Amino acid sequence: MPMKKKTVWAASPYLVWMAVFIAAPLAIVLYFAFTDKAGRFTLANIMGLGAYTTVFSRSIVLAAVATAVCLVIAFPISYLLSRMRPARQRMMQMLLMLPMWMNFLLRTYAWMSLLELNGLINRFLGLFGIGPLHMINTSGAVVLGMVYNYLPYMILPLYTIMVKIDGSVIEAAQDLGANAFMVLTRVLIPLSMPGITTGITMVFVPSISTFIISRMLGGGSNLLIGDLIELQFLGNSYNYNLGSAMSVMLMVIVLLCMSFTTADTEEMEAMV
Amino acid sequence: MENSVITALQNIVVDFDGEPILTGLSLEIHDKEFVTLLGPSGCGKTTTLRVIGGFVEPKSGSVFFDGKDITRLPPYRRQVNTVFQKYALFPHLNVFDNVAFGLRLQKLDEKEVRSRSLAMLELVGLKGYERRNTAALSGGQQQRVAIARALVNHPRVLLLDEPLGALDLKLRKEMQIELKRIQQSLAITFVYVTHDQEEALTMSDTVVVMNKGAIQQVGSPQDIYNEPNNAFVADFIGESNILDGVMLRDFLVEFAGQEFACVDAGFAEREIVQVVVRPEDIRVVPAIQGQLTGLVENVIFKGVHYEMHVRQAGTEWIIHSTQASQAGELIGMCIGPDEIHIMHRSNR
Repeated sequence: MPMKKKTVWAASPYLVWMAVFIAAPLAIVLYFAFTDKAGRFTLANIMGLGAYTTVFSRSIVLAAVATAVCLVIAFPISYLLSRMRPARQRMMQMLLMLPMWMNFLLRTYAWMSLLELNGLINRFLGLFGIGPLHMINTSGAVVLGMVYNYLPYMILPLYTIMVKIDGSVIEAAQDLGANAFMVLTRVLIPLSMPGITTGITMVFVPSISTFIISRMLGGGSNLLIGDLIELQFLGNSYNYNLGSAMSVMLMVIVLLCMSFTTADTEEMEAMV
Repeated sequence: MENSVITALQNIVVDFDGEPILTGLSLEIHDKEFVTLLGPSGCGKTTTLRVIGGFVEPKSGSVFFDGKDITRLPPYRRQVNTVFQKYALFPHLNVFDNVAFGLRLQKLDEKEVRSRSLAMLELVGLKGYERRNTAALSGGQQQRVAIARALVNHPRVLLLDEPLGALDLKLRKEMQIELKRIQQSLAITFVYVTHDQEEALTMSDTVVVMNKGAIQQVGSPQDIYNEPNNAFVADFIGESNILDGVMLRDFLVEFAGQEFACVDAGFAEREIVQVVVRPEDIRVVPAIQGQLTGLVENVIFKGVHYEMHVRQAGTEWIIHSTQASQAGELIGMCIGPDEIHIMHRSNR
């Protein structure tokens, strides 16, 4: 078919883009992951990752917690947002996006000075004789940083799906005897599922690979995969073969986690 | 009506952002009746329905159901179900699960859910469609699913908000007859909202004509058509010639420069009134035999009849007749005493 030929040609710039910026870097990472410093094939890098199991599992757990917290916060916000008048929706969207116009580092630094032992929050609590609370350099602080920075990535896809939900469908459910909780579980959540999976991906992936947030808010005791990888390339442990192996492992973990969420939704769709 | 009152509205006032929608509306709906709320768009008929369904809380006034005040009861605790204007089917559920939705919320035995849902699908003519995706159905079929989904819960009152609005004419006529059949076979109350006067007259036991947030007239279709309360009802229900006239004495009225015998009495002497004459009630006769003579301005073929616009001494008449006159022809018009409807001038 001549049409088909044409469309294939039209995609060629994108194919070139993909080759140069996605396939080639991936190939390079894979090459380093499976070679030693002299360029010989080895599995030692991958095998050596076992030593970092705690860091890997800590990363997965913290990212998962942050994603869950984002979902719980973003769901009601997105729903309220989607039910507002259009003019109001635009304004609220703007307000939600506003912090993102500020530099990521700056935002995280701001949290540092808030959470510090003699930071703003503790000084405020001190006025009432409470504290000082130990907040900085905890895994809680890391999760807080992740939630704060990535919350908009959960709200936006949820909101985009939810504006498309017709209000009369919710009324129909109420009409048929559904109270607020039933409307949520039987109608709202199933209909928002595509937004939920997109949101989970968009928060989980940057959360699991972050290194700035954990370094600034988590102190030395909350090292994440991202920090480890960074150390191999820019830090004093300088070992880019190991760093590449870690990257490959991270990719595998992310792909596995994502396949779980998509399988989940397919199951959901099959169920209903 | 001999049946007892099942639901009643008392002095319902609703406004949205300070704009009045319903202005002290009171209405009684009897059990097993087919009631139609009829009026132009923006007259408050859908809002009235939503007040009964519990989706709009009135600013003042009360809603009663079976004698109990349900004004503050949320929708999910009312014994009414609604067929929404755009069907509002659940897009994530198939036909069967849409219909079973309400029953499953009641935590009924899945066997009963199944048998009742299937029976209802059969009643609306969708047997064999259980596994279909609702998006793959035609408008008429989606409508049937919406009706089945509401009826399967055995509501005491079914509310229908312009349910046939999106269907084509032929399908609409079929569904009108079918809805009436369903209503009679299940013997439940239907409250039906429409702006289509023909639909209202075809299906209803009682028609409630509304305008500007208030009820204009309540009555049987025959009453509404033959004895309109005021000019609005006369104009909205079918086409009408509405003229100013003077009631000379009982049974004699003057309009269009002529005196006519009529069947109305009890007006004040020389009271200024409004006279309604239906277009099909004017007999066309040769010019010299008519009570009035007029010039035919145009003739439009309407299928069963011809519609003629006739100019007579400054008045524009609409006449429906099975016989066509020619444009430019001078004709005579005769109006019998029974065909003249006289109304007080004050627009209630």
